[in-house]
Amino acid sequence: MIGLEIKKVSFSYFNGMVLDNISLIINAGERVGLLGPNGSGKSTLLKLASGILKPKYGKIMLGESNLSRLNRKMIARHIAVVPQQVNIPFAFSVEEVVALGRIPFLNPLTEESETDKKIMVEAMAMAGVINTRERKFDELSGGERQKVVIAMALAQQPELLLLDEPTVHLDINHQVQVLEMVRNLNTNNGITVIAAMHDLNLAAAYFNRLILLNKGTIVSDGEPATVLTAINIENVYRTRVRVEVNPLTRIPRVDIMTTSCSQ
Amino acid sequence: MLDTTNNLMETMEIRRESYLRKRKKLVWVIAGLFIALAAAIFFATAFGAANVALPDIFKMFLNRLAIFHFPVTWKPADETIIFAIRLPRVIGGALVGAALATAGVLFQGILRNPMADPYIIGTSAGAAMGAVIAMIFPVSVTLLGFGVVPAAAFMGALAAVYVVYNLARIGGKAPIVSILLAGMVVSALLGAVMSFLMSISDRVGLNLHSVFSFLMGGSIAVTNWSEILLVAILVIGGIVGGRLFAHHLNAFALGEEGAGYLGIEVEREKMIILGLGSLLTAAAVSISGLIGFVGLVMPHAVRLTLGPDHRTLIPVSALAGAVFLVLADLAARTILAPSEIPVGIITAIVGGPFFLILLRRTKREYAF
Repeated sequence: MIGLEIKKVSFSYFNGMVLDNISLIINAGERVGLLGPNGSGKSTLLKLASGILKPKYGKIMLGESNLSRLNRKMIARHIAVVPQQVNIPFAFSVEEVVALGRIPFLNPLTEESETDKKIMVEAMAMAGVINTRERKFDELSGGERQKVVIAMALAQQPELLLLDEPTVHLDINHQVQVLEMVRNLNTNNGITVIAAMHDLNLAAAYFNRLILLNKGTIVSDGEPATVLTAINIENVYRTRVRVEVNPLTRIPRVDIMTTSCSQ
Repeated sequence: MLDTTNNLMETMEIRRESYLRKRKKLVWVIAGLFIALAAAIFFATAFGAANVALPDIFKMFLNRLAIFHFPVTWKPADETIIFAIRLPRVIGGALVGAALATAGVLFQGILRNPMADPYIIGTSAGAAMGAVIAMIFPVSVTLLGFGVVPAAAFMGALAAVYVVYNLARIGGKAPIVSILLAGMVVSALLGAVMSFLMSISDRVGLNLHSVFSFLMGGSIAVTNWSEILLVAILVIGGIVGGRLFAHHLNAFALGEEGAGYLGIEVEREKMIILGLGSLLTAAAVSISGLIGFVGLVMPHAVRLTLGPDHRTLIPVSALAGAVFLVLADLAARTILAPSEIPVGIITAIVGGPFFLILLRRTKREYAF
């Protein structure tokens, strides 16, 4: 189990600040949903957390070590990332894609050992893609592909799993499958999870800590009921909503007020 | 729980069987290609203007292996023709085929574009330009006993890659799409410069037509074994180097970002792999001019039979490329014998339709 500490991090691309002096502690074993409108800095924050972008100011600690000082291979042995959409131009089979997750552990001329293969099979079983093992990745539906990419990430045996909008473009069945899988990985296997999410209700249902970003700063951070208030959402998303908190589960439910409703 | 454990064991077992099956297929394919290469080299060496009997050639080869000692019943001149003239050319063809096929694999893998080959990103044009410059100024300098043309071709190829890479670079990164665009521009520009040079060559008293017909048409031109030795070192080095990055080329299939998440130092490795591709291209262009379609057709044929894993794709494509070009060169020498047609024509006749079929098949869904 490993945690992540973001200390006074700022980041900008060419045009303007994307993240402005963010400080944040993600404890080992937490399951965190990142929320915020398009361009609020969610994806950038995930890329910084994965070490693929380096902060302009501030630093990010992975456990005891400074992320900027670790080489990519070391990082890949601790952190796995499920990107938003994965396209593969060649006809790789599902199993060959999952095998990619073992690359951080292989030398240039070594093949996957029996141990590596066992890890791959377990990862495929956990992600529920063991029966599609021999099929071609590019022939699968979007939902199946997403599960294969998660299996690949699991083959890395990560301590920290980062997901960038893992349910976007999926039907509700696959949305639920993917999020339940992520929740199980967190509660059963102790993998720390940070996921950028668009759907507020799914985020409230599957994550016990939410962080709401707006224009590169943290607006609210805490359990779903404290973050997803009508005022917070209206301020950040510029959309009128009604929020009801389930008194038993303390899970908020967000309803969008359409124009006709508000009249 | 026990049930799932049993299931996993069972899956491991099935997996293992299918793995062994694939392994066996791979061994057969490689063994078959080696035999095909040996046979192709033998027959290509046997054919030519001077008629040397097949059994005699066979005995010559076996004598050279120093295991057999058949009595010499043939003319010494025949042995000279076989070993000093024909064999270097045939071996040169094998090396060119292996180099172009491997360069194709490397460029396709790193650019994530099944249509890429040394031409698309301007590497061949750069190598040809380097060779032209070396031929215009026929300096009698030799590097370590080797001709200056291969070295100049390599410099040209590297310069082309360097220019393309930097033209394509935006904020420390070189996205694939801009590499492809920059490659097209550089290719077109160098092609224009070379055509211009050919147009003015008569006026300045240089006769470059033979040089250009060699470069543009593509044919194996080898004069001596030392040239072959240099090309062989470059080509084998390039193939071995590429094989060392095979895992990482697999990771690049996920895209540059995805490769980074799997622990690849993306920008550094991209430069290394493009550099290896340039080296292979230059080695090929320096003795063969511009031969198209080998880098495109071979990797695809291998992917269709053995799958896209670069660990098998690189060595098998190299072998297949060698066989293909030896046979194509043989065809180029025999179809209109005694006159010879450029081998580039043969590869284009075979490769062109293949490319069109490929284009039609991938047209439906093509995404970077």
